[in-house]
Formats: sequence, structure tokens, C-alpha cells
Amino acid sequence: MSESTGLLKSHIVKKYWMAFTGLFLCLFLTGHLAGNLQLFITGYAGQLQFNQYAVFMTTNPAVKLLSYVTYISILFHAIDGIVISMANRKARPQGYAYSKPEKNSMWSSRNMGVLGTIILVYIVVHMQNFWYEYKFGTTPYMMNEDGTAPLLKDGTAIPNGEIVDGMIMQAGENLGPAMGDLYTIVMEGFANPILVVFYVLAMAAMGFHLIHGFQSAFQSIGLRNKKYSPVITKAGYAFAILVPLLFAIIPVYLFIMAA
Amino acid sequence: MSAAKKLNLTLKVWRQKNGNAKGNLETYPLNDISPDSSFLEMLDILNNELINKGESPVVFDHDCREGICGSCSLYINGEPHGPARLVTTCQLHMRSFKDGETIYIEPFRAKAFPVIKDLMVDRSAFDRIQHAGGYISVNTSGNTQDANAIPIEKENADEAFYSAACIGCGACVAACKNASASLFVAAKVSQYTLLPQGQVEAKDRVLNMVKQAEKEGFGPCSNTGACEVECPKGISIENIARMNREYLSATISK
Repeated sequence: MSESTGLLKSHIVKKYWMAFTGLFLCLFLTGHLAGNLQLFITGYAGQLQFNQYAVFMTTNPAVKLLSYVTYISILFHAIDGIVISMANRKARPQGYAYSKPEKNSMWSSRNMGVLGTIILVYIVVHMQNFWYEYKFGTTPYMMNEDGTAPLLKDGTAIPNGEIVDGMIMQAGENLGPAMGDLYTIVMEGFANPILVVFYVLAMAAMGFHLIHGFQSAFQSIGLRNKKYSPVITKAGYAFAILVPLLFAIIPVYLFIMAA
Repeated sequence: MSAAKKLNLTLKVWRQKNGNAKGNLETYPLNDISPDSSFLEMLDILNNELINKGESPVVFDHDCREGICGSCSLYINGEPHGPARLVTTCQLHMRSFKDGETIYIEPFRAKAFPVIKDLMVDRSAFDRIQHAGGYISVNTSGNTQDANAIPIEKENADEAFYSAACIGCGACVAACKNASASLFVAAKVSQYTLLPQGQVEAKDRVLNMVKQAEKEGFGPCSNTGACEVECPKGISIENIARMNREYLSATISK
């Protein structure tokens, strides 16, 4: 390695990190969306499937590892973004009195920092709404279909089971942790119209962030050329519109169903 | 000459005594401008008027006035080289403006392009980037090989030619929200890296030119594409992707 290529020193290398973490987070979004789409399954079957999925997501070691990579990516993406934004500003200490940037570039391309900040605030609220509630809040517990027996994490119903501190007790014997009912937390959350509007707006910000970000990532790591560019551009638009749209439909759908 | 209606304009021109002075936009009314005159001719007319009034003329860069030297600059009505596409300021004609229009004329703004006076900025940072790697080392002892003797794929030759069309005017920097010189550096890197003669120094070239650009104070690339739109020579941002690719492979292998 020559001295000119310090891993965080050069602007280009900072952009590589931005691109790699961003693309990884796109993969994360795809996985997260696939999981969320289970909320469209109605009735007890949907509730059970979603809660079993929540158990899988919180206990599987591979998922745990991926979740740490995701947290690190989000943090690094945000910090790197702030560092780059500061360098951006430093390069033009005196601005123009009269400028028409809309003539040569998209609004979203020029406002990635603003959009990213909105998304970061959203992530914090979203984690509080569901992740924190599920892990540390007063979570309701999943029962069998007629509501008579609590379920263990593996889905086994325990007749006459009693839940004490999250554990199912039967005749004084501890049979293991009870399955939480994240589904009900979600349903109750999205009965609140303010939360639904906030989620929809956050997904709009996500869409604009992705319209620039997806294509930009490929440009940063040098994968754009005459042959690939049209494909990357089309895929970028499709991803930026479809993924946030599907995410946003879920709270709206659940709100309408609850009303 | 056409008998098109003459234009009456209001100019808002950046005036600044020197690099340390504060500077401000001055308003100058300018009448009877032919729509056939070039933008620089219009400024010449303004300067004649100022000189006749005993005022200091507006300082601006210009040389060939045919769009190939890269001397002229100016941020006109919010865009480098003005509203027209694929032209330099010297090729911009007053027919691109309307009668009664107010025209804002500012210098290219970047930390790395300090104002010398009025609309003239110091773009020697570009020269230093070129010196850092924008060359090939060829023995000129008399045994130089005929360049045409080396077969080059037509596509690469064409691409190298398009990249080499960069005149180093700095419009990319002026247009970029981060005053990034990525398009300039990428064009210079590309024109050599696409040709066999440029291979020997390819890795050091991209590392050193990028390093020099950052040292000069040009910002990071945000991939907004503004530079490509405003470039008077139509240099594509595919060059930037190529530079990023070259930089990545040079970083890993050097």
C-alpha cells in the first residue's frame, strides 16, 4: 500500500465504504421486506407465522451475526456520510450568489445527507416501536388459537401453562421461555394514524435516498460503464420505488384493517 | 448581420479587487447588445463603457475564443459557461438571453480556485494535478517508436480521444456542489489508461493525481452528475467510474 491510499484518508476510499455499506443495507432491506410481507397473512395463521418468524429472527445465530453487520453498516454509513458532508462543504467556502443546481442534477442527489438524517431518526423510532418493545417492553404472549394455552418458542402449546417472568410454568416446572406476540404489538402500533403517517413519510425519504444511492454505489466502486449503466439505472429506479412502496403499504393496510 | 432586436440587459457582476478583498455583486445596465455577439464580446462592450467612464474594467479570463483553450470560465445565471449546453462561455451567444433579462456573472467558486481579481480565478491547481501523473515517460533519444505502429482497439482509441477532449476549464468543479475535480482527474486518468502507452505508469498515475486533487482542496464526488451536464466538451461520468475502478485496483495491488 502506498502512503497515498490510507484506508480512510482518501475521498474515493470513503466513497467505497459508503457504497459497500449502502449496498449491504439494500440487501438487508430486501430481507426485512420479505419478512414484513408476512403481515399480509390474515387471521390466527398470520399471527402465528409472524410470531414464529420473530422467534427465528431473535434466536438464530446467523441472523444475529447479520444483525450486528447491519448495525455496524448503518453506523458506519452515517458517520462516513457526516465526514464526507463536512469535506463537501469545506471545498467551497464561498458559495454562489445565484445558482441553479436543478438544471444539472436531481434534488435527491444533492440532499442525501438530509434524507439520510430523516432515515436515521426513523430507524431510532422504529427500533423503539418494535425491537425495544419486543425485547424489553411489556410484551403480550402468544396463545393457541382458542386462547387457552400459552406457546413455547418452538410453538408447542402448554395447557394450564402459567407465564412467570416470560417463562412458562406448568405444575411448578419451568418449561422454557414463552413466545412473545410481536404481531399484536404491530397491530396496536399501526392503529395510531400519526405513526402510520410518519412511517409513510419515512419510506418516501427512503425512496428518494435510494433513487440516488443505489446507482451512486455502483458508480463509486467503478462498476458503471456503457454496458452495465442502463441495467443499473433501471434496477436502481425499480428498487427505489418498489421496496419503500411495499414497506409503506403495510402500515396503511394494517391501519385500514384495524379501523 | 441579422437585424434582430437589440437587447437591453441588467448585469450583476462579481467585483473583487484582489484575493484578500471581500468582493460584491455590482449592477451594470447595458443596452443595445446584438443577439449575435458572443458573451465575451458583450463583456468587452461593458468594459469599453467602464473604461470610457474612467472605471476599472471587469477582469475575466479568455484566450482563443473558439472553445478549445479552456481559458474562459464564468458562472452565468447559475451555471458554469451559462445556460447553453456543450459550449464554453466564448461560444455562448447573447441570443441565449432575453431582452430585459438580468444576468448574474460570478467567478467559478472553489477553495482550490481562489479569486485573483473580479471574475478571474487561479486554476493552476489543475496544472499541478497534471504534473502529478498526467503524462507518459517516453525515451526521446531518437529511437522513439512510431505510435501508429502499436495496434489499438478502435473502441479504446475512441474512448481515449473523448476523454482527451477535456480542455481543463474547470466547469466540472464550478458545477459540482462539492467543488470536486473528479471529472477532470478522471478524464486525464482515462485518456492514458485506455492506451497501451499509458499502462506502465497507470497505477502510480491514478494514485498520485487523486492525491494531488485532494491536497489542492477539491471535494469528494457525490455522483450527482452535474459536471457531465455542464461540461462544454461532454466528458462522461463513466470516466469517473473508470477512475474509481483504477484507484481500487491500484490501492489493492500497490
